[in-house]
Amino acid sequence: MEMISFLNFYLIPGIVIGSIYALGAIGLTLIFSIMRHAHLAHGDMAALGAFLALAGITTIGLPAYAALPLAVIATGLIAIGIDKLFYSHLRTRPKILTTISTLGIALMIRSVVQIVWGVDTRLYSNGISRPQNWFGLKIKAVEMYTLSAVVLFVVALVLFLTKSKWGKAMRAMSDNRNLALLSGVDNNKVVALTWLISGGLCAASGYFLGMNTELKSMMGWNILLPTFAAAILGGVGKIEGAVAGGLIIGIVEELSVMVIPSEYKALSAFAILLLVLLVRPRGLFKGKIL
Amino acid sequence: MDILATLNYPVYLAIFVCIYGCLAIGLNVQWGYAGLFNAGVAGFFAVGAYTSAILTSPDVEDRLGGFDLPVPVGIAGAMLMAALVAWPIGKICLRFRGDYLAIVTIGVAEAIRLVARSEDWLTGSTRGVNDVPRPFGSLPYAYSQLAFLALAAAAVVVVYILVERQSVSPWGRMMRAIRDNEDAAAAMGKNVPQRRLQAFVLGAAFMGLGGALYAHLGRSITPEAIDPMISSFLIWIMVILGGSGNNRGVLLGVLVVWVIWSASEFITDLLPTAISLQAKYGRIFVIGLVLQLVLRFRPEGILPEPLSKPRVDLGKEVTERV
Repeated sequence: MEMISFLNFYLIPGIVIGSIYALGAIGLTLIFSIMRHAHLAHGDMAALGAFLALAGITTIGLPAYAALPLAVIATGLIAIGIDKLFYSHLRTRPKILTTISTLGIALMIRSVVQIVWGVDTRLYSNGISRPQNWFGLKIKAVEMYTLSAVVLFVVALVLFLTKSKWGKAMRAMSDNRNLALLSGVDNNKVVALTWLISGGLCAASGYFLGMNTELKSMMGWNILLPTFAAAILGGVGKIEGAVAGGLIIGIVEELSVMVIPSEYKALSAFAILLLVLLVRPRGLFKGKIL
Repeated sequence: MDILATLNYPVYLAIFVCIYGCLAIGLNVQWGYAGLFNAGVAGFFAVGAYTSAILTSPDVEDRLGGFDLPVPVGIAGAMLMAALVAWPIGKICLRFRGDYLAIVTIGVAEAIRLVARSEDWLTGSTRGVNDVPRPFGSLPYAYSQLAFLALAAAAVVVVYILVERQSVSPWGRMMRAIRDNEDAAAAMGKNVPQRRLQAFVLGAAFMGLGGALYAHLGRSITPEAIDPMISSFLIWIMVILGGSGNNRGVLLGVLVVWVIWSASEFITDLLPTAISLQAKYGRIFVIGLVLQLVLRFRPEGILPEPLSKPRVDLGKEVTERV
């Protein structure tokens, strides 16, 4: 196979889908390390964000790019609300109960999406976007937007986590919860902030997945395993790990069709997840093991 | 004969209560006794259903099968195969805290569903495995249903008695000790990973049994029947609502949830078609909400696990166990 078609048909789609996984995995890794439980509703929350953006476009008539911030903020607030309503009273109980609760929330969010928007496939906009030719590399405009938006999100988040007071508080909670609490970090604010950021990133990942493919009520469920694989491959609690993990998972998924039947493409992420748990459970960037 | 006909629906419900009872007791062994969060119940159910269907069905071209074995052999094979699938998963995941097992079991259920959907030579892909023999299938319908109910009830009673015996034995006490305080149990010389693996594999075998009964009841098994989330989640809500760690409670939970689930289907079918589709998804929302309410207001379930005497007040953390 020629180099250029390898890049066009495997690597570029892999990077695009990988950057979408990365957005989800960052949120997942933050929840995993700060809240200390797995968030099984992550995928369905991304689907909710994607459909909220669709509602912004079709019912309010917003242009597609303006629907993104709307969906990000709305989903972030919904995530805070869900935490207050359903998870907050489980805080002192064993964490596995919260994980069970998130499984129920996943089904509840999905059924809301199915009730409001139905189960048919939807698109943000009709019409085909033709790839532009960059010295032989074929890249669609929407793929360029996706990649640049993901870079912006990651840079903004890293700046927030390293420079701002609340970002440092979040990192402190992730590193050593008791020490952070003793030092006067406000638990409730950090929790709310974590859900706001994770929910918002979920919505962004759902939005870009919808932009690059299509909107389905099961879309969230389908990205749950790759997102988890990305977060664990990168190392729980590591932002840079989640980004690297997402990109690796995305590229491997696209490349996997060269060696395994395409029906099993979805399992390549799961295979990586198992492999990481077997040989390097702390992930590439030496994250936590809960 | 008329009386038998009116009994058809209750008998049909009761058969499913027995099948779900096997699955729920299997999950209770894993979660209630060992504290293992298996989110992929549907996967082990599917392994059992397909194994028994393939072992007992007649030959079909281009598909593995034609063994035509008797039904009991199929059921035993189903339990064995589900246990064999559970073993390596447990080996890899039980070293970590529960959340990892949850994620991996979701992946396993998904993998099994993909195999069922795409491997034509093994599972007949979307057509599924058909012509599965049904025990007492030659009787008239009403009698055949009653006879199948007797079989399913016998299965759940045997499972119940076995697990109850286990739970009052030293093995049961040890499992609960590991669940409630892993470090203390390990310090007493208990082989924690080995015991957990035992509970995981044993629970999976009972799930395989439930799957086998399901395949023989419907005479076929297709990928649609093993929806990864809905069926796993129903079993979970049955166990938690009924009272994890208490087999009687779990069976009560099966009855309550299955009656609510079937009744709500009855109601949504009566609605005008315009909203009946939405109402169908509303049922799932309600089941999810029930789980949240149980976790909030009665986390120990309707029939909590009995605490053994002497009851020493060790503070909330210990007595209010998960």
